[in-house]
Amino acid sequence: MNAPALTAMQQGLQNCEACGLLSRPAPGEEEGECPRCGQSLDFRKPASLQRTWAFLMAAAICYIPANVLPVLTTTTATGTESDTILQGVILLWSPSGWPLSLIVLFASIMIPSAKIIALAYLLITVHRRSNSNSEQRVRLYRIVEFIGRWSMVDVFVDTFTAALIQLQPLMSVEPGPGLFFFAAVVVFTMLAAESFDPRLIWDADEFDGG
Amino acid sequence: MGDEQVPSAVPSSRTVARKHARLSPVWIIPLLAGVVGIWVGINHIRSEGPTITIVFRSADGLEAGKTRIQYKGVDVGTIKNIRLSDDHHSVIATAAMAPRTDEFLVTDTQFWVVRPRISGATVTGLGTLISGAYIGMEIGKSKENKYDFVALDTPPVVSGEQSGRFFVLKTTDLGSLDTGTPVFFRRLQVGEVVSYKLDATGQFFILRIFVQSPYDRYVTPLTRFWQASGIDVSLSASGLSVQTQSLLSILIGGIAFATPSEGAVIPASLTSPDTPYTLYANRSQAFEPPPRNPQTYQLIFKESVRGLLPGAPVEFRGIKIGQVTDVRAQIDARTLQFSAPVTIQLDPQRLGVKVLDLKSAADLASIRRRVIDNLVADGVRAQLQTGNLLTGATYVAFDFFPGAPPASVDWSQNPVQLPTTPGELQTLETSAENIVKKLDKMPLDQIGNELRADLATLNLTLGAARTTLTTANSTLLSARSTIDNANSFLEPNSMQSQELDAALIELTRAARSVRVLADYLERHPEALLRGKKGEPK
Repeated sequence: MNAPALTAMQQGLQNCEACGLLSRPAPGEEEGECPRCGQSLDFRKPASLQRTWAFLMAAAICYIPANVLPVLTTTTATGTESDTILQGVILLWSPSGWPLSLIVLFASIMIPSAKIIALAYLLITVHRRSNSNSEQRVRLYRIVEFIGRWSMVDVFVDTFTAALIQLQPLMSVEPGPGLFFFAAVVVFTMLAAESFDPRLIWDADEFDGG
Repeated sequence: MGDEQVPSAVPSSRTVARKHARLSPVWIIPLLAGVVGIWVGINHIRSEGPTITIVFRSADGLEAGKTRIQYKGVDVGTIKNIRLSDDHHSVIATAAMAPRTDEFLVTDTQFWVVRPRISGATVTGLGTLISGAYIGMEIGKSKENKYDFVALDTPPVVSGEQSGRFFVLKTTDLGSLDTGTPVFFRRLQVGEVVSYKLDATGQFFILRIFVQSPYDRYVTPLTRFWQASGIDVSLSASGLSVQTQSLLSILIGGIAFATPSEGAVIPASLTSPDTPYTLYANRSQAFEPPPRNPQTYQLIFKESVRGLLPGAPVEFRGIKIGQVTDVRAQIDARTLQFSAPVTIQLDPQRLGVKVLDLKSAADLASIRRRVIDNLVADGVRAQLQTGNLLTGATYVAFDFFPGAPPASVDWSQNPVQLPTTPGELQTLETSAENIVKKLDKMPLDQIGNELRADLATLNLTLGAARTTLTTANSTLLSARSTIDNANSFLEPNSMQSQELDAALIELTRAARSVRVLADYLERHPEALLRGKKGEPK
């Protein structure tokens, strides 16, 4: 790793995220309010690791019912059918429909789990004060943060389908309980990613150095 | 890392009194997620009912994951998996039942595949044309749980909740009967045929019918069932009568029942549901009194028994007393004579033989023997008679034939043979034959020759007669002239008649004188002796 860099925290300074004013917290204090705009100031996001862990665990917990419970209940004249995400993937898997099936597989199964695993990895490395691969870890964090919102597409598609296909006697589609858990997984991973402070990745260097 | 690099103009932030919990409240979120997840999981597990297996003969129309099990139209389960049995003869379907269905799954619960069924009277399961087959279910009454079932081939006709009773009927001919065929009581539909099967011997159909409550109490041990299929037309001396049940039964057949009035007193509780009733072909057959004590006899006919079939009636002076059960041919090995032994069954009760106080069987037999011996001695004989001129069907008739050659009954034989006499047609034939034979014997040639000679003589005689007649003619002419003469003599103005008048007047006078004389003599008979005296003074 290159030589320890100079950070605001090392200098005892805090940067306001709202107005960009650099200020110094009162002696013995780590927190305060921006003297110009009143934004609360921290050296690092408060309880970042705890919050990230909490959201990540919530997401992980929700991930199980999201995959076990049906996401869509299709009622046609021939009967009622409930499909979980994986069943949907299998259902779509056909010689002509396999790309769609792959998209669903990626968007709905692999990406959420990858996000959870990635965030857990980041958290663990931060806890262990690992200072290797810091750049790659930050890149991973960016990817996680970027991809987060797109997972919601799945939820939107399902809700749109449910809203549009309502030909009552013939066919109707209703969201299943799994969909709510899936949405929760997406939201919780986004919250976890948001509450994670990537600066913590680099702090290990500083502590090692200092 | 010196402080000197930091511009001194950096303001210090405002301090805020903020409490810092050691544990962030954000932990509530995963806790909540966990609780909700566990709750949903428990719910999900609780929504899983028992798993059962149902054995089907064929999985036609069944689809794993889609086919429902319904009870009264409510989904109570889904077929999850269909596989062949180990011997490949049947299909084993595994079904996930709805929660809390354990109490339905008892030993006598029934499953069957509901498919569209169109039988005569009803169309059911039309919905399955679109939705595909589903599995129907009938909850049993047992308390014992069971999870492996064998599906019925056909849906049960009667649901277990209908109150009523089942009865068993026996028939040789199924006719147009089918499961679901209506059962009528006084033309009211009161039940249905539930099932039918051939019995082990293959001779009878065993029908199970269901009669709804409260009509089931009209079924007593004496109740008669008959096939009300179609139209029963009978032509009798009283005219044409047409018997039908309802339009429905004309179209699809049916079973009707009724109880003879004398049987109405028997309590319904005596009926055992397993005693088969006989299903008669029609109403009149059903109400024929059943042979209570049938006696088998044999009749030996020497003539042709053409047209005599088993079932043909046996009548005594026009009253049916039994029926023919068997007709066969036999040839006597010794005499090489052909004969046709006809086995008949007689019901002595039909003959009105009052069974006196039901004595012992032997007593009864001796009475019967005496009666039959007497009848045979009086000239009762069996005879074949033509019942139907069109079809040539014949029947056996017993009647008195006083002129019949004497016969007796040999009671040692089994079956006992009753004497017969040739049939009317046979008698007629025999006598005609006899006449022909006699005609054959007549010396017709000789008679003809003699006749011709006689005729020649006759011719001669007639010639003589003609001359005689000519003579007679002339005689008659002379007679006529004589009569003419006599006529002229008798004319009033002829001399002869005048003379005759005068003569008659004279004669009258003479007669008067004689009367005077006679009068005088009567008063004075002495005058004959003394002579006439003078006039009295």
